[in-house]
Amino acid sequence: MDANDGTTPAASAASATGQHDVTPQAYGCLHGRRAAVTGGTAGLGLALVRELRSRGVHVAFVARRRPAVEHTVREVTGAHGIVGDVSKQEDVYPMALQILGALGGVDILINNASTLGPRQLELLADTECEDFERALATNVLGPFRLTKALLGSLAASAREGRGAVVLNVSSDAALTPYARWGAYGASKAALHHMTRIWAEELESQGIRFLSPDPGDMDTALHRTALPDADASMLKRPEVAARELADAIEMAIARSAEASQAVAEAVAP
Amino acid sequence: MIAATGPSRHVGAKLLVVRPGGRIEHWPRSALSALLRPGDLVVANDAATLPASLFGTHVPTGRAIEVRLAGRRTLDPDRVNDFSAVVFGAGDFRMRTEDRPKPPMLTAGDRVVLGPLSATVSRLLNHRRLIAIRFDGSPREIWEGLARHGKPIQYSHVQAPLALWDLWTVLAGPPVAFEAPSAGFALNWTALASLASRGVRVATLTHAAGLSSTGDPALDARLPLDEAYQIPLATSRAVRDTRRRRGRVVAVGTTVVRALEHAASLDGAVPAGEGLATQTIGAGTRLQVVDAIVSGAHESGTSHHELLRAFVDDATLTRVDHELESWRYRTHEFGDSILVERTVADEPRSLSVRQTATTEDANAIG
Repeated sequence: MDANDGTTPAASAASATGQHDVTPQAYGCLHGRRAAVTGGTAGLGLALVRELRSRGVHVAFVARRRPAVEHTVREVTGAHGIVGDVSKQEDVYPMALQILGALGGVDILINNASTLGPRQLELLADTECEDFERALATNVLGPFRLTKALLGSLAASAREGRGAVVLNVSSDAALTPYARWGAYGASKAALHHMTRIWAEELESQGIRFLSPDPGDMDTALHRTALPDADASMLKRPEVAARELADAIEMAIARSAEASQAVAEAVAP
Repeated sequence: MIAATGPSRHVGAKLLVVRPGGRIEHWPRSALSALLRPGDLVVANDAATLPASLFGTHVPTGRAIEVRLAGRRTLDPDRVNDFSAVVFGAGDFRMRTEDRPKPPMLTAGDRVVLGPLSATVSRLLNHRRLIAIRFDGSPREIWEGLARHGKPIQYSHVQAPLALWDLWTVLAGPPVAFEAPSAGFALNWTALASLASRGVRVATLTHAAGLSSTGDPALDARLPLDEAYQIPLATSRAVRDTRRRRGRVVAVGTTVVRALEHAASLDGAVPAGEGLATQTIGAGTRLQVVDAIVSGAHESGTSHHELLRAFVDDATLTRVDHELESWRYRTHEFGDSILVERTVADEPRSLSVRQTATTEDANAIG
């Protein structure tokens, strides 16, 4: 068996356009890490893709619509775009396959893709069951499935001293029962609690779990929920992305330190 | 022995244990951690399984074919154009591989279309059904094509179509295996936690496990084909520490034995880095690293079974086969497990380990 593994013209073209080239920056420990971001073509997700790339992270992102994915791939140099829907069971493993295939593994998972559920804010009693189910599928089950599929790789990153972090984007609606945010709030509460249980169970594996509230941002989701809100009063997604990237950087450093400590504890 | 016909793995799974010297015991598989000692190191294969079965058309004849990807010379995520592959004619996994119609005659340069993927037969590899194949397109297009169109390779003893999640072990990471490194199904997160609390360390390596069967005796005799592997620095160090402290290295699966022993073939140390396992392991092999193996219950005549002859003598293996039969162990990838502790006495290995420690670390960085 001797398959020729010479580089094809297509493959060299891909690397020439910076498929995995990363500009070294004076940032801390994220440089060279591998991250997956869901909902990566708009709002906070897109801002995170840009922010992580600027910090030298290899990024694969997922979004539902191919034109938006292609657009983001063209716009953010070196980002790997994947078309898929986290709310669909049959999409999650093909998504994980492409993430792991393209990056060779993953150190950081950001479950950012999110839906309100109904098309507009509704009293819970007026919310259709199907809309509630959609909120749970996108905001809870999707992150659960994708985390599970990538857990082996995250645990390997922790063991090998690179650190491993899962960040599930939360909301103040996860903690405060706002009227008319029922499907969203209940699903975000479930996501938040699930994150805490993951953290409890997998701390010994060295994987860090975060579910921060990025604040009220000027995004499509916010405009859908509150079309009349004053955008100038809302946080810009780029600002939130910077804060989340800082939080990830700190968690990665701690996760890497922890696995270093474990390695030294058993060394002679 | 009876064939396990589906992926329900953990409830009631059994573990046959061969102690050094050949004594055979029967345990529930959940007792695995209790059977190992504090200071032992469990090494598992973290390769995720590719959907490596691709249906499509042989363009020159217009006939239906199935291409089963079987090997790759590297694990580099950006070098996914070139594979070796075994080609089948019409039909699918529901038919026994040996009963499948042959594919059309293939020639170097032939085009094949496999769903959204297209490729060229680079050449035949000394057999009409074993080819080198080169995919068109960028790595991104190839990964997407495999994800959308590929199906897991499976065999007729499992009649329901398998999904990828049936074939990824809990430790699955880089998608480079062509068939599941199925010994790893013995581990779940509960088992991993229980190993940790017992003081047994767990490490991984990545080994591109290849096909277990092709349905063609001449091809089957060539299995396993060459398999690429990658040993992380943390694993290289864990093996070194374990051997220094006289702990045992327990390989989960034949692929782990093959990778560790290939890596150690130079001087007995296990350096970090990528390699291509080309050797077969069997009765004549002197194992340098691995002290025990966790494996599936495989029938005699398979390469999995042959590898066990490096751990115990043939008389013991015959008794193992008999016990598996009479205790009704379930065979194949979703079946029960065995733990075989090596009987063959060996000379101390600590000297060569110490001598090579420095080059090991240097190799890892390079």
